[in-house]
Amino acid sequence: MLHIKCPHCGMRSQNEFAYGGDATVKRPELNKEVSDQDWDNFIYNRKSLRGKHKELWHHISGCRQWIKVERDTATHEIFKTVKANEEI
Amino acid sequence: MNQDFRLDNVGLINRNKKISFKFNGKKYFGYEGDTLASALLANGVHLIGRSFKYHRPRGFFGAGVDEPYAIVQLYRNNETEPNVKATEQELFEGLEATSVNCWPSVNFDIGAINNLLKVFLPAGFYYKTFMWPKSFWYKVYEPFIRKAAGLGVASIKHDKERYEHKYEYCDILIAGSGPSGLASAYAAAKNGARVILAEDKPRFGGTLLTSEVNIGNQTGKEWAENIIAELKEMPNVIVRNRSQVFGYYDHNMLVMSEKLSDHLPKTKKYHPKQRLWYIRAKEVLISSGSIERPLVFGNNDTPGVMLSSAAKEYLKVYGVLVGKKPLIFTNNDSGYETAIEFKKNGIEPIILDTRKDPKSEIITEAIDLGIQIKFSYVVVAAKGYKKVKSAEIAKISDNKSELGTLENIDCDCICVSGFWTPTIHLASQSGNKTKFNKDIDAFVPGVSKQNETTLGAANGTFTLEETLKNSFNMGHELSKKITNIDNKVLSPLVTEKKSTQHDKFWCVPLPKGKTYKRFLDFQNDVAVSDIEIALKEGYRSIEHVKRYTTLGMATDQGKTSNLNGLQLVSNIENKIVPEVGHTTFRPPYTPVTIGAIVGRETGKHSKPTRKSPMHSWHAKNNAVFVDAGVWLRPRYYKQGSETLFEGSKREAKNVRKNVGICDVTTLGKIDIKGPDAAELLNRVYTNAWLKLPIGKARYGVMLREDGIVMDDGTTTRISENHYHMTTTTAQAANILSHLEYYLQLVWPELNVNVVSTTEQWAGASLAGPKSRSVLAKLFPDIDVSNDGLPFMGYREGNLFGVKARIFRISFSGELAYEINVGSDNGNFMWEKIMEVGKEFAIQPYGTEALSTLRIEMGHVAGSELDGRTIPYDNSLEGLMSKNKDFIGKRSLNRKAFIAEDRQKVVGVVPLDKQTSIPEGSHLVKDANAPLPNPKLGYISASCWSVEHDNPFSLAILKDGKNMIGQKLFAMSPLKNKTIPVEIVSSHYVDPKGERVRS
Repeated sequence: MLHIKCPHCGMRSQNEFAYGGDATVKRPELNKEVSDQDWDNFIYNRKSLRGKHKELWHHISGCRQWIKVERDTATHEIFKTVKANEEI
Repeated sequence: MNQDFRLDNVGLINRNKKISFKFNGKKYFGYEGDTLASALLANGVHLIGRSFKYHRPRGFFGAGVDEPYAIVQLYRNNETEPNVKATEQELFEGLEATSVNCWPSVNFDIGAINNLLKVFLPAGFYYKTFMWPKSFWYKVYEPFIRKAAGLGVASIKHDKERYEHKYEYCDILIAGSGPSGLASAYAAAKNGARVILAEDKPRFGGTLLTSEVNIGNQTGKEWAENIIAELKEMPNVIVRNRSQVFGYYDHNMLVMSEKLSDHLPKTKKYHPKQRLWYIRAKEVLISSGSIERPLVFGNNDTPGVMLSSAAKEYLKVYGVLVGKKPLIFTNNDSGYETAIEFKKNGIEPIILDTRKDPKSEIITEAIDLGIQIKFSYVVVAAKGYKKVKSAEIAKISDNKSELGTLENIDCDCICVSGFWTPTIHLASQSGNKTKFNKDIDAFVPGVSKQNETTLGAANGTFTLEETLKNSFNMGHELSKKITNIDNKVLSPLVTEKKSTQHDKFWCVPLPKGKTYKRFLDFQNDVAVSDIEIALKEGYRSIEHVKRYTTLGMATDQGKTSNLNGLQLVSNIENKIVPEVGHTTFRPPYTPVTIGAIVGRETGKHSKPTRKSPMHSWHAKNNAVFVDAGVWLRPRYYKQGSETLFEGSKREAKNVRKNVGICDVTTLGKIDIKGPDAAELLNRVYTNAWLKLPIGKARYGVMLREDGIVMDDGTTTRISENHYHMTTTTAQAANILSHLEYYLQLVWPELNVNVVSTTEQWAGASLAGPKSRSVLAKLFPDIDVSNDGLPFMGYREGNLFGVKARIFRISFSGELAYEINVGSDNGNFMWEKIMEVGKEFAIQPYGTEALSTLRIEMGHVAGSELDGRTIPYDNSLEGLMSKNKDFIGKRSLNRKAFIAEDRQKVVGVVPLDKQTSIPEGSHLVKDANAPLPNPKLGYISASCWSVEHDNPFSLAILKDGKNMIGQKLFAMSPLKNKTIPVEIVSSHYVDPKGERVRS
């Protein structure tokens, strides 16, 4: 079980969190033209990286903040966690 | 009865307390402190089971967790447990156990015929035989194999024992209380670290209990006892016996299973049987010791052949002789220790040493004691079927390939020692890159991945002096890093006998003309010849060889067999062992009961139960409850002997005719505040929200980004910047996360706060033509006329002194209101409504009537909004704003979503107006078409329409828009029904929606 450092609460067990997917995906702006390809990339296409991965976690049984985590998908090593409004 | 094999004065058992027990129906006795294995051996019982494949007789091989043979079915307190190792099970009064793997009995086992058929049961026999004819598998082969093979039998009764989970944090977790565990724990604890010391056996001390050493001026055993006593007194130390650290997981989390009551006849009241510890440790010290390796020779699985260290443990800990004419077969000095113990207790052992001319202190001692030693000798084969009677021995050439003349020698047990295998499981589970140590012919931990350090024998250090020195140092060093305290404990002086180099010899060659089975894996009957076949057939990877031959599988996971298997593969392949590599070590290290893993989360504790504040009222009024997610909701309120069908029909009719009341507390409620609240709603809902006036509610639909409908509900504007959102019961938690996601990550510029208030409000829905009359009596000071409180209107009111919110919204399609009060007043509100409504014939209604009302109205709900449908499918396309963007909008123009013949919700009525259509039925054009019959749609929800008094269903149907009036068939192969139906509009009642506005 992972040990994730919530930037708001500190070290917490993985079972307090929900996984939220790739943190680098950016939602296209509202009311703007989006090509089919861009929209498909946003909705469906994910890289499924082996190695360093920037991802979202939701501290769902804690402070309810979404956070960004940089984790190695092969070793589970966590390099960095930041708040939702910070760059990772 | 005399215990012929029990010594009078040796051992750590309590001779003052006799314990009686039964094995295979026969009564025996042992002493407090015995294991089942030691007690049976004391009684001279060596035959305990049959082997897995060939059903060969099985005895005892080890004295602990490595035991591959002695697996029994245990009976305790009217319960039974399979696959218990007799070597680990402590004796308790009234214990009963039986053999497994034998039928009809351990002495006469029909399956033993497999031993004669072994030529037909080679490596991979499962994959080769029993394959033809195919139809024989289920009927003939499989039942036969099931009966004849397999280990114990699981109980089918509910396990009434209590199992607990515990979460613990510590500075240093130490797995194993042998010399290295004790020394490092002591050093770390003295340095102020929070230490957990875990020992899987009942007694602490590990090898110190059986070895002849001195530490300072105490014996090893005394030293261990004193250290443990001191550790137990320290407030920063947790010491646990009967506790196996079995798994090393990510981020230094380890799991330990503590057996608190397995050694007692019965678990004490309110006590757990076992406790599972989740331990997050800053540092882990692995002091799990080592396991003796067997030597491989002919019939080396005969009962009476056992590890020499086990024979020593039975003697020194339990005062039990495993034989009176022991033969010790060794390639190293450890066998001599066992021989010396036998000799000291009046038994004459004979040592066969594979080495030619070894010299060491301990060998000299054995010679001085007059023990008979044959150097350059090996055991070629054990003789005897159910017990060793003699051994065939021979001199072996210096290059270990030629055997001399075969000699027969009388013996009643053969104690083997093929040197030691470090127990590296935990280190390997943590991700440690293990390395092969040529000096000891075994793998040892290499580079750590997590914060783990391996000490002592587990690290390949076999001298006590070095072990203690390293362990005191490591305990001090690691604790200093954590606590910044620098109290150094000096390592004491050690007296031990020095050993000399072991012999790399491990497998006795077959003499010419002999076909003895030489076993590598004793639990799975994997012999040298099986591995040879696997390699001949082209298996190369050790992982493949393992799976093909089952080497190292089953409950002992190859603790004694793995390394010899690797040796064999590398010999045949002409490789060295490190090139072959070892198979992956996975948790658990030893079997863990399912009960311990589940813990307290069984039965009603397996999930939380949520009840509305009005629950006790429902219960008192004969509500029949149904699970709605984790909520309990009244399904209907039973009157007399009413069935669900009759009761729900009565309730629904009463809503259409008079007025009903339904508990809607379970609906998700989210409080939304902030100057940008309207903007948020405008983005997450598909319709327009910017102009909703204060005091008005609006129905809204939310999509996922991929265009699929996510949820629906109403949101009410309470004041300028304050909204009250409702969600469906099922989606409440998801919608909150959804809103938080967009507010925190996508549109952080929006100034809005959201919080769940589901539990803060109790809700009652008042529905039916007479609901206005009830409302008027409940709130005499509010104008509840159609103009005063119009459809989708909102008012705050005073319900007999309680603050209430009134929403004019409807799910039933009738004139309806929803009243919310603070949860504390839920019951008060409910009772007042019932009291006031009496004169209008009010009746409570449950979820079944609620469904009926919404289905015949054609209101979509969870069974249509099932995560696979888009707005159009649910006839919600009118709510898709053309003038603004919203979540999921961009996806709605996907080709499949705008197809001409896109599926759509329709109504379905059986032609006979009698037969109810099972939910899930498929709609087809031709009931007699060949299979697979093309499916046009499916029935999503069914009810008995109380308005029309006939069955009515909703369906999602291909090209539903153009299918109204068509005749189709609803087929349910599951219920074996084919029903001719007509497709009608989904709005079966009040299609213009006049009632809600009346």
